[in-house]
Amino acid sequence: MSWRKGVLAEVKEREADVIVVGGGHAGCEAALACARMGAGVLLLTLGWDAVAAMPCNPSIGGPGKAQLVREIDALGGEMGRNIDATYLQMRLLNTGKGPAVRSLRAQADKTAYAERMREVLRREPNLSVEVAHVVGIEVGADGAVSGVVTRERGLLRAAAVIIATGTYLGGTVHVGERSWSSGPQGQPSAQELGRALAALGLRLARFKTGTSPRVRRDSVDVAKMQEQHGEVLPFGFSFDTEGTRPDQELCWLTYTTPRTHEIIRANLGRAPLYTGAITGRGPRYCPSIETKVVQFPARERHQVFLEPETRDGDVMYLGGLSTSLPADVQEEMVHSVPGLEEAEILRPGYAIEYDCLVPTELLPSLETKKISGLFAAGQINGTSGYEEAASQGLMAGINAVLKIRGKEPLVLERSEAYIGVLIDDLVTKGTCEPYRMMTSRAEYRLTLRQDNADLRLTEKGHQVGLVPEERYERFLARRRMIEDEMKRLGRTVVPGDARTARLLAAIGTAPLQSETSLADLLARPEVSYDRLAAVDEGRPALPQDVVQVVEIELKYAGYIRKQKAQIERARRLEARLLPPDTDYRMIAGLSREAVEKLSEIRPRSIGQAARISGVSPADIMALLVYVESGRRRATIGGLRGA
Amino acid sequence: MEGRWVASSEDTIAAISTALGEGGIGIVRVSGPHAFEIASKVFRDPSGKRRRSLRPWGLRYGVVVDPNTGEVIDEALASAMPAPHSFTREDVVEFSCHGGVGPLSRVLDVVLKCGARLAQPGEFTRRAFLSGRIDLAQAEAVIEIIRARTDSARRLALANLRGELSSSVASIREDVVALLAHLEAVVDFPEDDVEELGRAAVASAAREGVARLRGLAARTRRGRVYREGVSVAIVGRPNVGKSSLLNALLGRARAIVTDVPGTTRDAVEDWTSMRGVPVRLVDTAGLRHTDDPVERMGVDRALEHLTDADLVIIVIDGSEPLQEDDVRALGLAGERGEKGCVVALNKSDLECKVSESDIAQLARGMPIVRVSAKCGTGIADIEEAVARLAVGAVAGVSEGTVMATARQQEALERAAAALEDAASAVDQGAPVDLAAIDVREALFWLDQVTGRSASDDVLDKIFSEFCVGK
Repeated sequence: MSWRKGVLAEVKEREADVIVVGGGHAGCEAALACARMGAGVLLLTLGWDAVAAMPCNPSIGGPGKAQLVREIDALGGEMGRNIDATYLQMRLLNTGKGPAVRSLRAQADKTAYAERMREVLRREPNLSVEVAHVVGIEVGADGAVSGVVTRERGLLRAAAVIIATGTYLGGTVHVGERSWSSGPQGQPSAQELGRALAALGLRLARFKTGTSPRVRRDSVDVAKMQEQHGEVLPFGFSFDTEGTRPDQELCWLTYTTPRTHEIIRANLGRAPLYTGAITGRGPRYCPSIETKVVQFPARERHQVFLEPETRDGDVMYLGGLSTSLPADVQEEMVHSVPGLEEAEILRPGYAIEYDCLVPTELLPSLETKKISGLFAAGQINGTSGYEEAASQGLMAGINAVLKIRGKEPLVLERSEAYIGVLIDDLVTKGTCEPYRMMTSRAEYRLTLRQDNADLRLTEKGHQVGLVPEERYERFLARRRMIEDEMKRLGRTVVPGDARTARLLAAIGTAPLQSETSLADLLARPEVSYDRLAAVDEGRPALPQDVVQVVEIELKYAGYIRKQKAQIERARRLEARLLPPDTDYRMIAGLSREAVEKLSEIRPRSIGQAARISGVSPADIMALLVYVESGRRRATIGGLRGA
Repeated sequence: MEGRWVASSEDTIAAISTALGEGGIGIVRVSGPHAFEIASKVFRDPSGKRRRSLRPWGLRYGVVVDPNTGEVIDEALASAMPAPHSFTREDVVEFSCHGGVGPLSRVLDVVLKCGARLAQPGEFTRRAFLSGRIDLAQAEAVIEIIRARTDSARRLALANLRGELSSSVASIREDVVALLAHLEAVVDFPEDDVEELGRAAVASAAREGVARLRGLAARTRRGRVYREGVSVAIVGRPNVGKSSLLNALLGRARAIVTDVPGTTRDAVEDWTSMRGVPVRLVDTAGLRHTDDPVERMGVDRALEHLTDADLVIIVIDGSEPLQEDDVRALGLAGERGEKGCVVALNKSDLECKVSESDIAQLARGMPIVRVSAKCGTGIADIEEAVARLAVGAVAGVSEGTVMATARQQEALERAAAALEDAASAVDQGAPVDLAAIDVREALFWLDQVTGRSASDDVLDKIFSEFCVGK
């Protein structure tokens, strides 16, 4: 059943360095990262169709998520390149809302996306893919993971195992009164693996998510809807991509009607979300249509987006209509929406409940605290979203290899990457609903922009061996151009004479009192880099993406400085480390809840401790006192020793 | 918080927990696991013969003895508060004894001999804070009570203990969270039907917060005056009655008063209370040209006080025509800018030789009070005028004056400044995500006031207020 019998045989013979369980977005990035770092990888999946699949909306990016994709790309991951090669439509969201939140969003051709990713896996040396049901995790006498047990071939040995099983663990699908055991998109669910994880002492939670009905393209009357166009942009997700393609597909926007809401209200008695059939916790940012209608009764309409799933296929996704109402109600509901009166439902929407790990079981490296060498990534860690999954897959892959090589893990700070925010949130606070990235979760988002992801992370990707030399050279050149241009604009001064005043008036800004640098002029709200050309005679020709970073860095220099000061302020607490063997029961002044939480999470620093819910400022004071007195004791001891 | 002190509930601590030298009753407080055991050793029935057991939550009358010698030290009322229902959440015993340094210190001594350790300043409060009994703002209020110099200050500190500062901040915080949630929802859900706040609306919401914070900051500034007090220098040319006025204001003879001009060569100072405001009165040497080097030094000091004191009382002898030194003193007082100044037209018991219009012109708006330090008339008016200047518009404990520490005051002002930045950024056309940075900064400082840690409030607000998510 394997794609490449030859290579697979090699891997089997010398046993894999890393086994990745699951071929979704997390599994793909994890396997590729390990293989590209030189480890022998075996990727196990329940089926070919599940590899790089998009079982929910066929789109990648958006606020917070676009930044994740850019960071994956900067570190040497695949998602950015993969979507750039396979999108149907690309837009830049939030353009008017500020530099930090501008976010790319692509509609994917989900078939093309998955096919390309499979091809990338296939071409990767050191990597084999095999269809297998993993039913157990093998742990050696030393308490470290030693392999996985498959239904097909029994024990497969590996030095590290990455679990990336998405929503497959104990999956139960609900459509109205009906429910059955299943993974997403009709894939089989994994029942034994969840029990195996629980048997290892790992705690599981039950979450719920859902998706919308799909309709046949030909049965939809788009004339009654608003067209949504893609945009021609000078960049894509990957820093390697030159710009967007001109031949983009359309999406459409329509709205629910009062009649839709009536139908939903009349059938709440048959909605598993309201009958108590679903117990798993669903995401608040992705509510079902029945939840929206119940919670916001005053709203007269809700948006429905029609998004093609592939370029040439006939399936359309109904964004905004996520539901687990019975199929007959879904039909009636869909037909009450303008343009969908005759729509033929190809597959009803459904809710899926699944088991996931309580993410506080994980270290910041995404290794489980209890089993050395066992990592987890993606939706199994309580997240939702392809981008969140891919980010974790990449980090788990990097850290699995670093672990095998006896090296320190790569842990990104909250102040350097959205990926850092994502993982820190998960392992520090846990989550009580499927976790989605949003820009508001990042306290330092002005410095975590999509345009500067490479400046933040490419160096790290190169250090771990994921960014190839040739690409690294390109990065260095881009960084040099940015630095040089910023210096030039700071250095170049325009005089406060009459000629300059005329030129400035022409670009709509006030005359100068005295000579002023171009950088200072650019800081004026009404002046853009483009317009500044009028008074900037020695300007070099620069790529658009370089100009973008320069413009943002100079234009918002004041705010960026402010944010850097905030980062420094927080870093003081991050720098106060808590020894991993700290016995919190022995620290006087901690509340019982704090002792419990701190013993469970084992934060690395007082900064991380302060983010744990249930740890109060009073507890932090007690920790500070404890750490400080320990430091003083150590100092006194050292002096005595001397 | 200093790192010297190590939390350890193994210790039992004790201290005199009322300010020394004040009031007729003093309290020795003992807190920790051995508090009851220590009490059983030192507390006896009124005869001093038999041990006296304590009743939880009840007062018992008895005597404190030195268990080694059997000597009765003082009569006392003892109360026992078992953990966790005490201020520190530890076992606590309090002995209310006769005030005065002598007996209180001796009661404390025997308690310490029986195994308690002398508490460090503020340690009871720290224990209460660390045990989660009180939040940071409340803890700071308790320290204020201990330090409170006058009854007004004590009353304000009590109000804060009940959470007045915390609740004022909480209400402002709620609005700031709502504003931030709206800004964030617009950014994070660009394709949802979230109504975008217009620039004007964002700016006005931010300015509303600024106004409320500035109002609160003004009330806390007033609170700080009540807690920390103000320095008031009594200044004027020699022999106009500065020292007599000092004595009259203090209600006792503190400064030496003679008819010989220039008797006061060094600054004499003491604390008093004016309408509840603690005032440090400083009597200074008379201002005049002199060749005597010793007097010269006194004059230089007086000039320094005239510049540096929070408030100045310029004393003019109303029974003599204005002299050059009077005019000079008034001139210097006028240069103090916004710092307040009161003109005391002394010796009102004698015939007035100073013209109303001359003095009004020289005083340039400073309040002028006719006073006789000798007879005591007008003293209340001086106090009223000083307190008014110290507190701002209203003297006495005005409604809504809030106690805050310097740290809290600074945090309030920083929060206001951050919101102000948000408003002006929006005015100048900055995009919403930049405004959000300032609003988030404001939230950070508000949380610094109450010591509350930032949480997921903003996200919770987004999901409860806006219908978002495809």
